[in-house]
Amino acid sequence: MAKGGPRNSMPQQDAAARAKNFDEVALGYSEATALDEAERCLNCKTKPCVQGCPVNIDIPAFVDLMKQKDFAGAANVIKKTNSLPAICGRVCPQENQCEKFCVLGKKGDAVAVGRLERFAADWQAANSNGSKASFKPEHSELANYKVAVVGSGPAGLTVAGDLAKIGYTVTIFEALHKTGGVLRYGIPEFRLPRTILDREVEYVKSLGVTIFTDIIVGRTFKVEDLLEQGFDAVFVGSGAGAPKMLGIPGENLSGIYSGNEWLTRINLMRAHRREYATPIRMPKHVCVVGAGNTAMDCTRTALRVGAEKVTIVYRRGREEMPARGEEIENAEHEGVVFKLLTNPVKFIGDEKGAVKGMECLQMELGEPDASGRRRPVAVQGSEFEIECDTVIVALGQNPNPLIRTTTDGLTCQSWGGICINEETGMTSIPGVFAGGDAVTGEATVISAMGAGKVAAAGIDGYIREKHGIS
Amino acid sequence: MSTHVDGSPCRLADLTPDSLRNTVVRKEKLSPVLTLLEINAPLIARSARAGQFVMVWSGEHSERIPLTLSDWNADKGTITIIFQEVGRGTMELGRFDIGQDIPSISGPLGHPTEIENYGTAVVIGGGVGTAIARPVALAMKNAGNHVITIIGAREKSLIILEDEMRAIADEQFITTDDGSYGRKGLVTDALKDIMDAQKVNIVVAIGPLPMMRFVAKTTEPYGVKTIVSLDPIMIDGTGMCGGCRVTVGGKTMFTCVDGPDFDAHQVDWDELKSRKAFYFDEEKAARESLTAGGAK
Ligand SMILES: Cc1cc2nc3c(=O)[nH]c(=O)nc-3n(C[C@H](O)[C@H](O)[C@H](O)COP(=O)(O)OP(=O)(O)OC[C@H]3O[C@@H](n4cnc5c(N)ncnc54)[C@H](O)[C@@H]3O)c2cc1C
Ligand SMILES: Cc1cc2nc3c(=O)[nH]c(=O)nc-3n(C[C@H](O)[C@H](O)[C@H](O)COP(=O)(O)OP(=O)(O)OC[C@H]3O[C@@H](n4cnc5c(N)ncnc54)[C@H](O)[C@@H]3O)c2cc1C
Ligand code: SF4
Ligand code: SF4
Ligand code: FES
Repeated sequence: MAKGGPRNSMPQQDAAARAKNFDEVALGYSEATALDEAERCLNCKTKPCVQGCPVNIDIPAFVDLMKQKDFAGAANVIKKTNSLPAICGRVCPQENQCEKFCVLGKKGDAVAVGRLERFAADWQAANSNGSKASFKPEHSELANYKVAVVGSGPAGLTVAGDLAKIGYTVTIFEALHKTGGVLRYGIPEFRLPRTILDREVEYVKSLGVTIFTDIIVGRTFKVEDLLEQGFDAVFVGSGAGAPKMLGIPGENLSGIYSGNEWLTRINLMRAHRREYATPIRMPKHVCVVGAGNTAMDCTRTALRVGAEKVTIVYRRGREEMPARGEEIENAEHEGVVFKLLTNPVKFIGDEKGAVKGMECLQMELGEPDASGRRRPVAVQGSEFEIECDTVIVALGQNPNPLIRTTTDGLTCQSWGGICINEETGMTSIPGVFAGGDAVTGEATVISAMGAGKVAAAGIDGYIREKHGIS
Repeated sequence: MSTHVDGSPCRLADLTPDSLRNTVVRKEKLSPVLTLLEINAPLIARSARAGQFVMVWSGEHSERIPLTLSDWNADKGTITIIFQEVGRGTMELGRFDIGQDIPSISGPLGHPTEIENYGTAVVIGGGVGTAIARPVALAMKNAGNHVITIIGAREKSLIILEDEMRAIADEQFITTDDGSYGRKGLVTDALKDIMDAQKVNIVVAIGPLPMMRFVAKTTEPYGVKTIVSLDPIMIDGTGMCGGCRVTVGGKTMFTCVDGPDFDAHQVDWDELKSRKAFYFDEEKAARESLTAGGAK
């Protein structure tokens, strides 16, 4: 029945109901659906799908175990190369990765690899009897060597987990008071429940990794201090946390947030919940500028805190929106309005200095630009106003300059990304490695993890070579 | 050196969770509304410089709030903060007692105040700002400046650190709005007299927004370089959110990473004032819920 049949759709919370709560939107496959979906996989010998996965999960192998109802076995196959499967199964842009290369996708629908991965990971978490198998590192003699990891986002967690499994003593230093990086302060819980993130962080800790929060490397101490004070290597996984703004008049009026500020107030500080102290002004009409994943998360969060109307304002067209198709659809079903080909040129404030609207220009699409997308061109004399009491500017991020500006000898790109040797992850400073958004600019969870894997291997090689360990 | 005087490890690779507990070691009420906490924070104490601040979070339901370091002791491994209990965050912090651990303190953040031998430096502290001004005055003195301090407050009971500041200063002036102590009037009255009488090379003013703004206005005609330490609303304090945006010289700055010190003559004061006031109603509700004994 499943072979040759259509892809199984993901059960979801009803759109009207979910737009008012923070519970997970995608409910996950049932066992029967998961089995049915697994049956669709052809178990291709050449494994085309694997090349699309940045951490090379052996997809046919795990799907095959699922067909035999060996869900724990499937999860173990995944965990060989991906220590955060419950997260990736939820937030990977699979349509651009593993599923893009699935042979079934050529004529019909690709196997829902991500959803199967999620099912296996959730099944294992729900069915493990709680007693954690006591963990034994591969090479306990390496425990004398210490590695410092800067940042507890997916890149940092991956490096830490991998090195601890080999046997190194690993310490993570995180700037915020909580772990997870964008997984906690950026991605909302209706896409990635906090219990899952907490579980994955606990897993890394269970491998013997120590995590110190509230440490801002570059300020509390410098990268070089780590090397001078007992660490054999350092991994910088500080992400791309500095928000881009529009740079148009009135942008600093009250009520105008960056995507990061909006999401941090809600996801990290939980400003929308009564018992939490961080304030949020209840919005009526929210305009979100931009159309990437961050923008979609901002719109959907705004609906959930009670905004009456939420509008995406984007200067290009529907086709050009960089967010995942699934997220755009989700936002639309929940009631987000799309005002496309619209470019804000200035914000208008009231007598108290709070935003009350924005002046926009109508755009039309011209010739393709360097990115291959058609360039938006302003229509002369098309100025018009949109009324709103809250604006969220979600245009993406630049790397935070803190580490770059406080680490002598660290070579970086002109836009701020840290330069590394692609094969080892090592930076211009011997013993200092980097990966994830800090190197690439804003990318994906799984690519940050892939970079973490490369760097973990690079660090292992570096320490062994330096100390003559085979 | 691999241990602190109290025996806790201080080589970074030997840190233990225990060595980083933010335990309160001293607590003093400086005035009815001002509280001083000295806290174990060895890593911050080692790196701290005048003008820098920390982000403090008092627990799961609390807000992250920025507070300037008013003192630190690298040998002892402690930092000192002095804060005014104005809202829920500062009131929650004020409840910590000696021996208790504060859940989260991170820093030191922001650029240190630029200290050099300018010649004559006037350092002005208004209200709780005096606590922040003290290390700046000290650093200015150590750099060789002739240091004149002005402490201002609404009334006598709100004057703090008078003796500590006098010990640093070459000359000290005190003003109160109601004349209950020192000279009756504003810090700007004293400042104007000083600038009329002698050449001043730099003014550093730290205190409530209106005070800093009037200091800027007062020094402008004299062409004296004037530095203020801005205090917008912050969330992370690490440059990640942009909530602390201010306009300085027509450019957008993130106070937590580009400041907190800025050229007073370039600051867009109206914008800062309105951004600071944005959550007035929400903050009031949070404060009232706390004083009523429960969560908001
Ligand atoms: C709103 C939003 C939604 C997204 N949605 C998706 C999605 O659905 N799917 C997907 O694949 N990707 C998504 N992304 C992108 C993805 O989250 C990132 O690419 C990924 O998190 C990068 O991981 P990282 O470990 O490199 O950095 P981060 O996750 O940014 O983690 C960096 C960590 O380092 C800490 N840090 C920074 N500086 C310092 C310092 N000086 N000292 C100590 N610690 C420091 C930070 O506090 C942070 O915890 C989204 C991003 C955003 C913002
Ligand atoms: C870099 C920096 C350094 C700072 N250093 C210190 C310090 O050393 N000591 C200190 O006491 N404060 C300092 N502040 C101000 C302090 O952070 C705020 O007072 C605190 O965040 C208020 O939090 P809350 O939850 O207690 O009050 P909220 O509920 O946030 O505010 C309560 C009320 O107080 C008002 N308010 C808020 N902030 C201020 C302010 N700065 N001045 C006057 N009224 C205000 C609000 O408008 C509101 O009406 C600093 C601020 C910054 C940005
Ligand atoms: S980790 Fe992401 S890319 Fe890799 S198989 Fe899973 S869903 Fe696909
Ligand atoms: S390409 Fe598709 S069908 Fe083939 S093994 Fe991979 S997931 Fe299965
Ligand atoms: S407080 Fe978030 S960027 Fe300054």
